Amino acid sequence: MWRWLHPYAKPEATYRLNQKLLPWFAVPGILLLVIGMVWALLFAPADYQQGESYRIIFVHVPAAFWSMGFYMGMAIAALSAVVWQIRTAEWAILAIAPIGAVLTFISLFTGAVWGKPMWGTWWEWDARLTAQLILFFLYLGVLALYAAFEDERTGAKAAGILTLIGTVNIPIIHYSVYWWNTLHQQSTISKAITRLEKPSMAPEMLWPLVVCIFAFMLVASALVLLRLNNEILKREVRRPWAQAELLEEKH
Amino acid sequence: MNPRRKKRLTITLSIVGAVAIATGLMLYALSQNIDLFYTPTEIVEGKGAEKTLPEIGQRLRVGGLVVPGSVVRNDESLYVAFHLVGSGEAEVIVEYEGVLPDLFREGQGIVAQGTLVEPNRIVATEVLARHDEEYMPPGLAKELKGIEHVPPSQQKYNNAGNGGAL
Repeated sequence: MWRWLHPYAKPEATYRLNQKLLPWFAVPGILLLVIGMVWALLFAPADYQQGESYRIIFVHVPAAFWSMGFYMGMAIAALSAVVWQIRTAEWAILAIAPIGAVLTFISLFTGAVWGKPMWGTWWEWDARLTAQLILFFLYLGVLALYAAFEDERTGAKAAGILTLIGTVNIPIIHYSVYWWNTLHQQSTISKAITRLEKPSMAPEMLWPLVVCIFAFMLVASALVLLRLNNEILKREVRRPWAQAELLEEKH
Repeated sequence: MNPRRKKRLTITLSIVGAVAIATGLMLYALSQNIDLFYTPTEIVEGKGAEKTLPEIGQRLRVGGLVVPGSVVRNDESLYVAFHLVGSGEAEVIVEYEGVLPDLFREGQGIVAQGTLVEPNRIVATEVLARHDEEYMPPGLAKELKGIEHVPPSQQKYNNAGNGGAL
């Protein structure tokens, strides 16, 4: 059943697949990002309670959403790397981690900027905020551990195990606002999806938010594909196929 | 799956499982300490299964809704006092001297940090506003909930002290 996956253990096959996939992520991603941002910032109505300040949600929620989503992607790569010892999966960890770290940083930063005018504070050690900060450190830790060994494959193994252990944090981030009293409000979108309730956001605000969430996913995925191809080329630079590829790009 | 991979898979999954269980137990044991604030009911009736009451003089945070009509202001200073209610009946009084966040109004969720001076009275050093996960345009909010929220920059004050009635 998994036989169709086998060719991609070979770096060249993964490289070719990534080349083919890249435009399908990059082009709609950039388009949707422009549409979503213009819609959200210029056309969506202001909020009854927070006025114009609420618009930071259109960056904050997509970034926070995919900071967790890409972590799960990294965990799948880590599991393949640790159990099947596939080199492309090891490089995928390295390709995803900085993108995830940036998404996490964006969510923390926009959260602080949003928190100051609305809550009255930049930062509060509440469960949601703290768990998200731990996610940021996990991403940085994975990157640091990867680079900390003389032998790269040992580093990849260690980083993979840290990634897998870190998945414990993901449900904690998500459920923190339900399990404990927090300053952070409960979720708007996942409540509507998982409990099939009517979303607690007016449709003319919800749609641009959905567009932004998709746009962030596509753009971040395109960046991961680019990074992964760079990692592959860097390590396969002596192979004939990589040489041919680089020569072709020069001309 | 070959036996070596199977072994690695088992080891990896059991490590992750063990860490998950350990973290779960730790968070369960600490759950009362992870709460950011007491609710008014927890201050009046006690918190947790043992109904432990917070001690007088204890520094704590309390979170709840500002009871409509309970906000008292001082004309000469920034002093403000109001009642806070949670999901239950119990109310506590919060006194505060300082600048309130923009979202502060009657019926709003807030979190106050301060010292418990009487069993149901807190002198706050910081008041933060909470907001819920509902977002809607002003017109819809007025229609649905009868709320008309006026940003503080546009609020009309009769004099420097009278803002509570808005």
